[in-house]
Amino acid sequence: MINGIWLGMIIIGFLFAAVNGRIDEFTAAVFDGAKSGVTVSFGLISVLVFWLGIMRIAEDAGLLKKIAKILGPIVSFLFPDVPKGHPAIGYILSNMSANLLGLGNAATPMGIKAMQELQKLNPDKETATPAMCTLLALNTASITLIPATLIAIRLNYNSADPAGIVGTTLAATAVATLAAIAADRFFRRLTLLRKPPKPPSAKSGSAPLSKTPLPNSSLKG
Amino acid sequence: MYQLISLISAWAIPVMITFIPLYAFTRKVPVYESFVEGAKDGFGTAIAIIPHLVGMLVAISVFRASGALDFLMGFISPALRGFGVPPEVLPLGLLRPLTGTGSLAYTTDLIRVHGPDSLIGMIASTIQGSTDTTLYVLTVYFGAVGVRNGRYALKVGLFSDVIGFVAAIAVCLLLFG
Repeated sequence: MINGIWLGMIIIGFLFAAVNGRIDEFTAAVFDGAKSGVTVSFGLISVLVFWLGIMRIAEDAGLLKKIAKILGPIVSFLFPDVPKGHPAIGYILSNMSANLLGLGNAATPMGIKAMQELQKLNPDKETATPAMCTLLALNTASITLIPATLIAIRLNYNSADPAGIVGTTLAATAVATLAAIAADRFFRRLTLLRKPPKPPSAKSGSAPLSKTPLPNSSLKG
Repeated sequence: MYQLISLISAWAIPVMITFIPLYAFTRKVPVYESFVEGAKDGFGTAIAIIPHLVGMLVAISVFRASGALDFLMGFISPALRGFGVPPEVLPLGLLRPLTGTGSLAYTTDLIRVHGPDSLIGMIASTIQGSTDTTLYVLTVYFGAVGVRNGRYALKVGLFSDVIGFVAAIAVCLLLFG
């Protein structure tokens, strides 16, 4: 899907640029985009270096395991494949609470660290596990209590009630997050059902296999 | 409630940065060495993301600059006007999952032109604040660990964007419409 979207955007972009006489803009946009890719990545260096340092201290002190143990049950229904007390749970929780508080700078490094921990559990390093997909679902919907950037912008333009969007944002973000979790669950089930039956076996029914589902298959799509 | 939450937001990072090393110190962790050891990974991780982000941002940038995005936005706006939704906010639905800076710029412009407390201003603020840039999150998170096949993650992200977009508009119409 990602291949199609990527290629599609470039090809459609080319066609529109050709028709609209924007070929020069096309070329400029290529290098603009490349430049901002590097700029954004470089911007991540400082926060990543710092937060990964802090989180290592937390890990060495056993703090993450402790958090995972205390709050683990809350997330374990979302991440059934991650062993209880695994450090990934600690990072996932840190990522979720940073998102909740609108601390984007801290949320991304912790989310990346959680991905790296989940990758250790991944039998096929190039294919996402269901747990990774769930983490991404939570992060793209990004449930937030305080949309700080927008409150600041509204304040800038003399809003009578800059924080007036807190309630509506919370409602929308909660709905989006629930939708993401539901969709994630749906696709997770679907891929489990679609799992290739044991190579030659005659019965492709789901019953005998479903007891110990592999968390992963290398099936594309 | 809002005051309390923003107070927690403001204090969270300073408290964490003080408390974590302090707690570790009482556990006899060599805090500074531990920090440096963990921080080492940060650079490599950020560098590993570059190819993914460059590839994705080039495609998005080309898509926007060619006028394709404008065309698409002009195409869907009238389709939804019938529901009493101000057509000005509709492009945000397309822009939001693709580019964080792009949609923030668009939102800021709507707020500037129509006023932050107008219906358009409220809807735009809510849409912008309620979800994250799906394509960016996917690129960065999968890029950082080198996962190529993201399976259904993109579908889930885009689906929740659509739901969030509709919910944002519905809630604002209900409260301020």
